[in-house]
Amino acid sequence: MDPLHPLLQRTDIWRGGDRSQAPYALAAAVAASGYPALDARLPGGGWPVGALTELLLHRPGIGELRLLLPALARLSRQRWLVCVAPPHLLYAPALARAGVNLARVLLVDDQEPAEQLWALEQALRSGLCGAVLAWPRTLDHRRLRRLQLAAEAGAALGFLFRPAEAIQEASPAALRLGLNPSPTGLCVTLLKQRGGWSRAPVILEPRDAVA
Amino acid sequence: MLWLSLYLPDLPLDLLGRGTSEPEHPLLIQDGPSQRPVVYACNGAACQAGIMPGMGLGAAHSLSPELRVHVRDPQAETEALEGVAAWAGQFTSRVVLQPPAGLLLEIEGSLTLFGGLAALRARILQGLRELGYTVAPAIAPTPLGSWLLARAGQPQEILEISHLHSVLRKLPITTLERSAHLIQALRGMGVQTVNDCLHLPRDGLARRLGPELVQYLDRALGRIPDPRPAYRAPPRFQRRLVLPAEVDSTEALGFAARRLLLELSGFLRGRGCGIQNLTLDLGHRQRPPSRLTLGLVRPSRDTEHLTRLLRERLEHHALAAPVDELVLRADRLIPLEEDSRNLFRHPESTAQDWPQLVERLQARLGVKAVRGLCPLPDHRPERAWRFCTPGETGTTVTHPRRPVWLLETPKPLPVSEGAPWLDGRLRFESGPERIESGWWDDMDVARDYFIAENPRHERFWVYRERRAPERWFLHGVFG
Repeated sequence: MDPLHPLLQRTDIWRGGDRSQAPYALAAAVAASGYPALDARLPGGGWPVGALTELLLHRPGIGELRLLLPALARLSRQRWLVCVAPPHLLYAPALARAGVNLARVLLVDDQEPAEQLWALEQALRSGLCGAVLAWPRTLDHRRLRRLQLAAEAGAALGFLFRPAEAIQEASPAALRLGLNPSPTGLCVTLLKQRGGWSRAPVILEPRDAVA
Repeated sequence: MLWLSLYLPDLPLDLLGRGTSEPEHPLLIQDGPSQRPVVYACNGAACQAGIMPGMGLGAAHSLSPELRVHVRDPQAETEALEGVAAWAGQFTSRVVLQPPAGLLLEIEGSLTLFGGLAALRARILQGLRELGYTVAPAIAPTPLGSWLLARAGQPQEILEISHLHSVLRKLPITTLERSAHLIQALRGMGVQTVNDCLHLPRDGLARRLGPELVQYLDRALGRIPDPRPAYRAPPRFQRRLVLPAEVDSTEALGFAARRLLLELSGFLRGRGCGIQNLTLDLGHRQRPPSRLTLGLVRPSRDTEHLTRLLRERLEHHALAAPVDELVLRADRLIPLEEDSRNLFRHPESTAQDWPQLVERLQARLGVKAVRGLCPLPDHRPERAWRFCTPGETGTTVTHPRRPVWLLETPKPLPVSEGAPWLDGRLRFESGPERIESGWWDDMDVARDYFIAENPRHERFWVYRERRAPERWFLHGVFG
């Protein structure tokens, strides 16, 4: 008999590449990103619900929010969108134009990183938010783990915009994407995903989006 | 009818003890003439030191050097009793004050609603413990009968009048709340128990001691009616809690404040109301009280929610001085239909729960730190939106493509080779979009907007001042 066979029968052993048997409930909810080319690469076919997604970028202003807007617009029909300490003014007309229901947008501003993290965790955990966006300056592994658990408890999409250097640190986030500007559009690299391997980057044009 | 009597034997002590979670510290309540005060009541720690009610104050001090002494405050006791009565209004509409330290609740009509006698009784007693009161209960078909049993320390549940008779007969006459003179007279006649009393001829007893005792016993036994006026709670809530010792930690204040919030919550439930505004005054010995206010987005009476909000407020409040008392006030009651006790328990909360999140965030970070966004019908980018209270809806105007990030103040851009620069020369992708407006108010705008890309493929929203064509500004970023 194949000596591997008994091992493969064990439920606590995860076989990489076999999505159907992944230990995490990959059938668990995802929210379509609105970019079919991206959804095709994302495990489960969209942004993971009840989990953290880290977006690593060198500096803001490369289309990182546009990447989320189709999903945010859909989520805002039912649940709240909370933005914790955004780096600039979120411009209401742009959000409205993208179809975001502004009556469900909540901005939280506080200078203190500790208070920002507190607010972030509260929002994730509340069970009232479709998505929570944050631009944390510092985050250690323990904090990230707490946030991940809060997102699970509240079934929220947690999006963390973090500097590209954070790629060096291990992270409990379910999904990590690297974002880079390119001549043809935003270049998205899958750095980490549950139950899957990194693949070639995908380049998204704004016009690729389907609402 | 069925009456639940609640006797609060340690009311003067509980008034102080309920304000702290600290282990018991020897404490006594003094009363009597100021020339010769005596111990009126003392707590367990003081009793262990050998202090007893009735003892002189000097003797008590010599027994326990670290003794805390408070003067008895009958007014505070009355207020406290009324506070508990208002709280008990959630269980029945017929709450009767039995001063100085008791309440009578008519509960027959509430049995079905609260799941039976045992469940109701347990719930009331548990609630009183959470409020910080020691209680001796008894249940009987007459108000006076149940009260006598409670006073006698017999926590019985008597449903039948015949059963009540046999139980009351065994009570010693000293448990009847009659004048010492009357009790003495009965003793002189060889009467020791209620039973002895009932064996005497009625008219003879009435002739010798007056009709009052006979009627009293008749009321206790249910032979004649015993009407009692129900307590009516005031239209607003105000409760004071005196701390046994000055407190300088907000955590300890949170504990005491919770006691008051529990009272508030019961009070509100009794009236079918919620509150939207709350003030907590922290009393200081040497200076005027500090006031904390709490505003809610939606009326609530959920103790857990209010406790959380108040704790957040307290945590972020720097105490000006040690606190010796708390006063919780809620002036405006708002009728509340649904019961909001089960919020925040499961992730599938409904949209109507959102104010709780907003309130929590605002309680800790301040109202100004938690806002919503509202579009406005104006073509000038700065005036096309405003901050608003979360959840507010504005008027949308469809604009051409706009950046997600707006700079609070436009940033001048250097110009070189006839084009603006931002980390390299900007290449225009679209534009110009002319915005010329506002000559009627203080912000006259005449600009040509462009969407521009720099060599790093970052996109910006820039404009040229129409009145000074060489001046370029960065106004937004396409994030």
